[in-house]
Amino acid sequence: MTALARLSRVLPSTVLIVLLALVIFGPLTNLLIWSVTERWYFPHKLPLEWGFSFWERVFRPRGNAMESLITSIWIAVFTVFACLALSVPAGYALARLKLPARALIMLAFLMPQAFPSVPIYINVARIFYTLQLNGTIAGVVLVHTLHGLVYSVWIATAAFAAVDRSLEEAARNMGAGPLRTFATITLPLATPGIMASAIFVFLESLDEFTGTYFVGTPDVTTLPLLMFRASMEGNYQIASITALILLIPSIAFMLVVERFLRADVLAKVGT
Amino acid sequence: MRSPSLIGLLLVTPALLLLAALFVYPLGFSLVSAFTVEGAGDGGDRFGLFNFVNAYELYATDIAFTVLIVGLSTALIGIFAVAIGGYLTLGEVGFAVALLRWLYRWPLFIPFIVAAQCMRTFLAKNGLMNNALSAAGLLEPLSAQSFLDWRGIVITFVWKQTPFVALLVAGAMASIDRSTIEAARNLGASRLRALIEIVVPQVHAILVVGLVLSFVTMMSVLSVPMMISGNTPTMMTVDMAFRINAYGDYGTANALGFISYLLTGAVAWIYLRRGVREGPP
Repeated sequence: MTALARLSRVLPSTVLIVLLALVIFGPLTNLLIWSVTERWYFPHKLPLEWGFSFWERVFRPRGNAMESLITSIWIAVFTVFACLALSVPAGYALARLKLPARALIMLAFLMPQAFPSVPIYINVARIFYTLQLNGTIAGVVLVHTLHGLVYSVWIATAAFAAVDRSLEEAARNMGAGPLRTFATITLPLATPGIMASAIFVFLESLDEFTGTYFVGTPDVTTLPLLMFRASMEGNYQIASITALILLIPSIAFMLVVERFLRADVLAKVGT
Repeated sequence: MRSPSLIGLLLVTPALLLLAALFVYPLGFSLVSAFTVEGAGDGGDRFGLFNFVNAYELYATDIAFTVLIVGLSTALIGIFAVAIGGYLTLGEVGFAVALLRWLYRWPLFIPFIVAAQCMRTFLAKNGLMNNALSAAGLLEPLSAQSFLDWRGIVITFVWKQTPFVALLVAGAMASIDRSTIEAARNLGASRLRALIEIVVPQVHAILVVGLVLSFVTMMSVLSVPMMISGNTPTMMTVDMAFRINAYGDYGTANALGFISYLLTGAVAWIYLRRGVREGPP
């Protein structure tokens, strides 16, 4: 093949890939630029002054952003514990025990994802108002738990289903009771999948906006809410830095997810 | 001795109770509220369609806009997802396939709210997109316009949601029988024709599942329409939030909510009916 023929073969693909890279990374680049901008206004194509003074403002101890970050992390931690407390028993039962209408129960956990969520959250907020749960951490954790439940139940079910039954039977044959078998054989073997679901629920809670917007206001300000308010006030530096803080755990997750979620577990999700 | 299924039910019950309290009950609440006229006549509540009349009179344009925005986005997501999956399956330039595989997933892991903030700056009149185009000489600086309207919402949705559908479609394409593709190629079919006539029909089911899930997701996201274009015309999600925050008007908000259930229900129904007619894959 001549050099020219080879070039004409790879050129269209190369152009398309470069265009796609621009489309995907262009918006992210704009976010990065805003995060290190001191002054930038029309009609200048790039910032007039660059610097980190807004980073200092965001990371100032006792500043709004640090407070929101801590609130967000606590809410996410509580949400993970609530989801695990509900999904480990439910996942074990769905994977291992005889249940009537099992397919229907699995489907029920999917329902919140099959309905537009804004009207649901509006009415949750209205109900929480009468229970004095509006604007409390507990109220936000409950809403995030509902949102995370489908992932944690489905992944936990898949993780338990992927555990080799013969190992459990061997333990039972050697005289271990059902609880001991669960604690020493089944649960440890299912742990990587359950960890993956916990990480996933943590991230979903960290990034959740709509539910917190209705249930958490005005007293609970998570990082996404802080970012939203900064952005609506036109304070793009604070909004962009906050967005970057939200982005880091998500990207880290993208890089490690395959280590936690093994193919044999993934193959059983939703079955 | 206790029956095993009783223990199973006990273990599932707490999770189901949470679902009932935080999803089924509010859903019922929203349905009742949509059809209730509060304080009608003698101060009591009665059933009626008043909220729907109100919602229609105030927001008919936004309802149409929502359908158009989400419909157009779904169509574009489908086209791009098939293109990406098709290139990963049929592409012949090795390094381009490898690069694409690494590249296309990025937005999948970026939260909606972060995507909205990126696009809010990127698509603005003085955003990086217009600046880059005019620096490259492709755009007259004076004719630069802001894309922060319905177009910005569509762009953000397509940018964020295409990788999800592409991931599902590419996975399904990777597992189809390669000999069918090679037979078509040997008979002289172009790669595009092989994609449309051989590959897509075999992954059709998973493509539709991905698109239905994306449709519901886009009907649910509040941050993107709020941050990209909160002015009229906008999406129903923004209107619902506005009715609550500005007026505490649950009736109209829930009527809009009911309409959005109907829209997603219609899409799910089309999908299910298709599944019944074609039988299981």
